[in-house]
Amino acid sequence: MAELTYRNAVLAALAQEMERDERVVLLGEDITSGGVFKTTVGLVDRFGAHRVWDTPISEQAIVGAAMGAAMAGLRPVAEVMFSDFYAVCWDQVVNEIAKTRYMTGGQVTLPLVLRGANGFGSLGFGSQHGQSVENWAMCVPGLKIASPATPVEMVGLLAAAIRDEDPVLVFEHKALYGVKQPAPEGEQFIPLGQARVAREGTDVTLVGLSITVGMCERAAAVLADTGISAEVIDLRTLVPLDAQAVLGSVGKTGRLVVVEENPGQLGWGAAIAALAAEEAFDDLRAPVIRVSGGNVPWPVARELEAVVDVSPERIAWAVQTLMKHAAAPPRQH
Amino acid sequence: MTQATADERRTDGDRDTVLYEQMLFIRRFLEKVDVLYRQGQMHGPAHLGLGQEAIAVGAASVLRPDDYSIGTYRGHAHALARGAPPEAVLAELLGREGGICGGKGGSMHITSVEHGYYGSYAIVGAHLPIAVGLAWASRIKKTGQVTICFFGDGAVNIGAFHEAVNLAALWALPIVFVCENNQYMEYSPISSMIPVERPAASRASAYGLEPLVVDGNDVSAVAELVGAAVDKARDGGGPALIEADTYRLKGHSAADAGAYRPAEEVEQARTQEPLLRQRAALVSAGTDEQDLIRLETRIAIAVSGLADRVLAAPKPDPATVWTDVWADGGSRWRN
Ligand SMILES: Cc1ncc(C[n+]2csc(CCOP(=O)(O)OP(=O)(O)O)c2C)c(N)n1
Ligand SMILES: [Mg+2]
Repeated sequence: MAELTYRNAVLAALAQEMERDERVVLLGEDITSGGVFKTTVGLVDRFGAHRVWDTPISEQAIVGAAMGAAMAGLRPVAEVMFSDFYAVCWDQVVNEIAKTRYMTGGQVTLPLVLRGANGFGSLGFGSQHGQSVENWAMCVPGLKIASPATPVEMVGLLAAAIRDEDPVLVFEHKALYGVKQPAPEGEQFIPLGQARVAREGTDVTLVGLSITVGMCERAAAVLADTGISAEVIDLRTLVPLDAQAVLGSVGKTGRLVVVEENPGQLGWGAAIAALAAEEAFDDLRAPVIRVSGGNVPWPVARELEAVVDVSPERIAWAVQTLMKHAAAPPRQH
Repeated sequence: MTQATADERRTDGDRDTVLYEQMLFIRRFLEKVDVLYRQGQMHGPAHLGLGQEAIAVGAASVLRPDDYSIGTYRGHAHALARGAPPEAVLAELLGREGGICGGKGGSMHITSVEHGYYGSYAIVGAHLPIAVGLAWASRIKKTGQVTICFFGDGAVNIGAFHEAVNLAALWALPIVFVCENNQYMEYSPISSMIPVERPAASRASAYGLEPLVVDGNDVSAVAELVGAAVDKARDGGGPALIEADTYRLKGHSAADAGAYRPAEEVEQARTQEPLLRQRAALVSAGTDEQDLIRLETRIAIAVSGLADRVLAAPKPDPATVWTDVWADGGSRWRN
C-alpha cells in the first residue's frame, strides 16, 4: 500500500486545494525550490509561476500581502518557514489579520492560511528555531489554529484550513515530517473544530495536540500493561475548540492530563485545565495535571533537551501519580 | 459625494470646482468632528487631516471605482473622497447605530470596502504590506486595478515600509505609495528623525524607484502626478513612491493643541493651505465668487444637518458586540 509522509501530506493538501480552486496561491521564502522542509516540491511546475511566488526574507510583507490578497478575493497560503519567525510579523497576524474583519464591522473576509514548521521534538534546533507557539495565537480572538498530529490529519486539516473563510494558522511539527502512514484514498477534508479520539479508555483522559498525541498514545500503551486504561484525545484545532469532546471524555474517566509541548508557564493546556475545573468539576476524581515543556528558553545539547522535552515516560509517570487519587471513592451521580 | 473618474472627464473648470467642493466638504466635516470631540461627543481619539484634504481628493479623482485605496488612522478624508457615505462615517465617529464599521472600528479604522477604501490602520506602517497584497491580487487576476496606499512621513522609519516597497518593486506591482508628509510624526518634526533629506523621496532609489515629490496642497498637481503614476501602474509599469508635502493645521489628534510647533510656522502654513489656494485659482480662472459663496453656504448647512441627524440617532445594540469575528457572522471559539 502506498505510504504518505507528514511532509508529503502538506504537499498533497496544497496540490489538492490548488487543483480544486484557482484562487489558491502560495507565497513564501524559497518555496519554488520546494522549501526548506520540502513541502512545496514541484508545485510551481504543476500550477505555474503565477500561483507559486518566492519572496524576499520579509515576513511582514509575506503575511501582510497574504492578507491584502485575501481581501481582494484570493485564497493565499503563506509559508512562515519556522513558526519562531511569527515574532517578526506578529503585528500583521494579531493586529491586522485577526482584527480587521471585526473592526470593519464585517466588511472584509480573510480566507487565508499561514503555515510552517513548528515545534521542538528534541531536534537540536534550540531557542530560536525550536519553539511550539500555538499558544501565542490562542490568546488572540479572530485566529483559527490547527496543529495536525499525523499525515492523514495533515491533509484533511490543511485542506479545511484553505477552504475556510477565516484566517487559519496551521502548525506543522518539524519532528513529524518523516512520519509515515498508509496513504488515504481520494479527496481529504477534516472539519475544523472536531477533536478525534485517538484511543479509547476509561480511567484517564489524555489530551494532546500535534506531536504530543503520539506521545500520549505511547504512554497509553505502557499504562495498559499496568492495568490503566487511558483515553487519548487529539484536539486537532485549538480554535475552534472541541470543548465538548474533552468534557465528554472527562465525564467518562474522571481524570484529566493535558499534554502540551510549549513551556507550561502559560500554555494552551492551562485553558483546557480551566475548562475542566469550571465545567467538569463534579466529574473530576483527581486534580488535573499538565505535562508541558520546560520553562526555560530551549537548549540544544541532547542531555539538556531531554530534561525539558515532553515524553511518553513523563506522561506515564504523571498518570501514575494521578491514579493515587483513585483511592478516593468514585463519585456518585 | 461623487468622485470624478477617468471616463467621466469634465471640462477643467468643472473639474476644478468639483475638487474644491469635495475638499470643502471634507474640511467642514473634519472641523465639525473637531468641535464634537471637544464637546465630549466622541469616545476615543480623533486624528484629523485638516489641511491635508488636497491629497485625498486629488488622488481619489484619478481612480476607477474598482481601484483600491488604503490608509491610516488619519483616514476620514480618504474614505469620504472615495465616496463613503458621510452619515455612516459620522455615525461611526459618534458611536451611533448605522456606523460604517458598526461601532467596532471608530475613528481610527474607517473603512468603506464598497467604495474601494480598504481600511484605516492604526499600527504605523502596517498597512503597506497589506496594500502590496491588494496589488498582488490585481496582478494575478489581471484586473487592471490599481492600489493607492497613503501613509505618513513617520511611517518611513518602520520596517514594514521597506519590506513592502521592496516587494512591490520586485514584483512590479500596480501600486502607488503616497507619503503624506505633514512634517510631523506626532510631536517630533520628521526632519529630526531621518538621516536623509526627505522621508520618502530620498529612499526611493533604494528600490529602483524615481524620487517623486509633489506640492500636496495643490489639488491639481496631486491629481496630475498621482494620475500619471496610476496610469503607468495600470499599464504594467510597476509601482511609484510619491512624497506629497503638506501641513497638519491642527494637533496630532483632536486632544493635542500642537504647541510644540513654532507659531510662525503655523501662520505661514495657514497661507498655503489647499482650500485657500484652490479657491483663489478658481476665482482667477473666472469662477463667479457668488457661485462659490453659494456652494460654501450649501456645504456648511449640509454638514450641520448631518451632525444633527447623527446625534439624534440611537446607540448601537450591545448584542452586536458578538458579531463579525468570523465569516459565519459570529464569534464562537469553542463548542
Ligand atoms: C508601530 C507604531 N508605533 C507608534 C505608534 C504611535 N503613533 C501613532 S501616530 C504616530 C505618528 C505617525 O506619524 P506619521 O506617520 O507622520 O503620520 P501622521 O500622524 O503625521 O499622519 C505615532 C508615533 C503607532 N500607532 N504604531
Ligand atoms: Mg506626519
